[in-house]
Amino acid sequence: MKYFRLIWKNAWRKKVRTLLTILSVFVAFLLFALLSAIGFAFRGGVDVADAERLIIIDKVSLINLLPMSYMSRIASTDGVESVTHASWFGGYYQEPRNQFGQFPVDPQSYFDMYSEFNIPEEQLEAFKQNRTGAVVGQDIAATYGWKIGDRIPIQATIWTKADGGRTWEFDLEGIFSTDDPRGSSALMLFQYDYFEEARAFAKGTVGWYVLRVAKGADPIRVANTIDLQFSNSPNETKTSTEAAFAQSFTKQFGNIALIVTLILGAVFFTLLLVSGNTMSQSVRERISELAVLKTLGFNDRTVLGVVLSESILIMLLGGLLGLGLGWLVVQGLAKQMAAFLPGVFLSPGAIAAGIGMMIGAGILAGIFPALKAMRLSIIDALARA
Amino acid sequence: MSDVLARLKGVSRIYQKGKERVEVLHELDLEIPDGDFIAIMGPSGSGKTTLLNLLGGLDKPTAGTVSVGGAELSSMSNSQLSKWRSTHVGFIFQFYNLLPVLTALRNVELPLLLTNFNARERVKRASIALDIVGLADRARHYPRELSGGQEQRVAIARAIVSDPSLLLCDEPTGDLDRDTADEILRLLQVLNREHGKTIVMVTHDAQAAEFANRTLHCDKGTLEAKEAA
Repeated sequence: MKYFRLIWKNAWRKKVRTLLTILSVFVAFLLFALLSAIGFAFRGGVDVADAERLIIIDKVSLINLLPMSYMSRIASTDGVESVTHASWFGGYYQEPRNQFGQFPVDPQSYFDMYSEFNIPEEQLEAFKQNRTGAVVGQDIAATYGWKIGDRIPIQATIWTKADGGRTWEFDLEGIFSTDDPRGSSALMLFQYDYFEEARAFAKGTVGWYVLRVAKGADPIRVANTIDLQFSNSPNETKTSTEAAFAQSFTKQFGNIALIVTLILGAVFFTLLLVSGNTMSQSVRERISELAVLKTLGFNDRTVLGVVLSESILIMLLGGLLGLGLGWLVVQGLAKQMAAFLPGVFLSPGAIAAGIGMMIGAGILAGIFPALKAMRLSIIDALARA
Repeated sequence: MSDVLARLKGVSRIYQKGKERVEVLHELDLEIPDGDFIAIMGPSGSGKTTLLNLLGGLDKPTAGTVSVGGAELSSMSNSQLSKWRSTHVGFIFQFYNLLPVLTALRNVELPLLLTNFNARERVKRASIALDIVGLADRARHYPRELSGGQEQRVAIARAIVSDPSLLLCDEPTGDLDRDTADEILRLLQVLNREHGKTIVMVTHDAQAAEFANRTLHCDKGTLEAKEAA
């Protein structure tokens, strides 16, 4: 810390140059924060996946439905503790752009399966008792300003009703939340029984099953047993862990992680060139001053440390400002996008990685000028001065 | 002034310039008593600055030994020399070589960063050094806000702040007008007589050399003593 003043003053030797460098670092880390948060949303389903939950879908496509009759056969399979089901409804609220996930489910078994969803007991009970009842995640409720007791019309895009209508009306009986910021509560759940009774076609089917593997049972063995059970039937199944399912679902949007990595890679490569150039110039301009420091008794390692610290300081100044503003923007973005891209979140892990990258980039940008400063000959440098 | 502070024995310094070997100092012997004030004069390229660099542990002899205050400099590593310089020797340059981004006080404090003194103690000692050179009221000024003479005084304060026994001055008045140069030389005399600093000063200026106790002439790598007028 005793060298901090020297490092700070040297960093601001050319104010405009330092400000421009800090600005480029700031922009790079602002971008890092935003892309990390968006990438996190795409990855969210994978991260929160429960290793003991398996998803059963049609072997050919997720779009194909599975018979409701599979439920009891799955439940009686060795190694299965509990099972529930859900289906994709695919409706919207008022306007087509207001889309979010709506699933007809069996209330009790669904909330038993997804214990990370928190809902007051009396609200769950009210949901179970009301055939046209529905519950929504707090993100959705906040986005549309819904309150318990509201009657919510949802326009179907797939599921017409038996009477030909496309408007499904639900009574909002509860609002649930999830403690894990990585998880999504941007969902609407409603009674499968009502859906089954009112829909015009495909009766007796569900979209997918979710099961919990019994303690001590091998998930892979359970998955194989189930798939074997339904092989050679009109609806063969594909059972996978929740993480694998989420991963394959995410890949439908392209390899988000790769895209994010490529963009950030290009940004940071440019950043290294800019800041490396700044540090090189800065050291070139004060060769004689560095020689004086060495004359006064600063050893090679101290000179190396002083120059490297200067480079890291500039990175930290720009980077922390960028990350800080990024965090604020992500807070707003998460609220705006909660309905159609839930889970936008700047995780502590991403912040730590960002700070690590600042230090790493500072070292990379400063190492060559610092080595030059460390190795300079006092006599030559003073003679040139 | 009886004890020998610095001793050079059979010191040669040869530089390789391309294919050519240039012998700057040739089997030089010199003893500098503790508390002495020596001026070294001589034409350019005669080896004056090289001699100063050897005494200050900035350079090592090609042959011979250099010892200062009992420390054998010629056998020390670069790291050991750095540590030794920080406490045993102060340098004063022709062009002051202050750091422009630091105030006078912070320039003077620089050598103390290498010690274990806390911040308060460092500032206290730097202030005392500035007071000795008569610049206590310029502590918060940057070098660009000071005259040449004042900058050199700050450089002298920096050289004495860690209380070294030896001060090495390379043309300390070369960039100053006569009156200012005399002020600086009188200050060096005070440091020599009242504070017991041993001073070796390289100069081209015969009037400056008169402030020293004795003058040595350096020519073609050898030294010749001449009594001060």
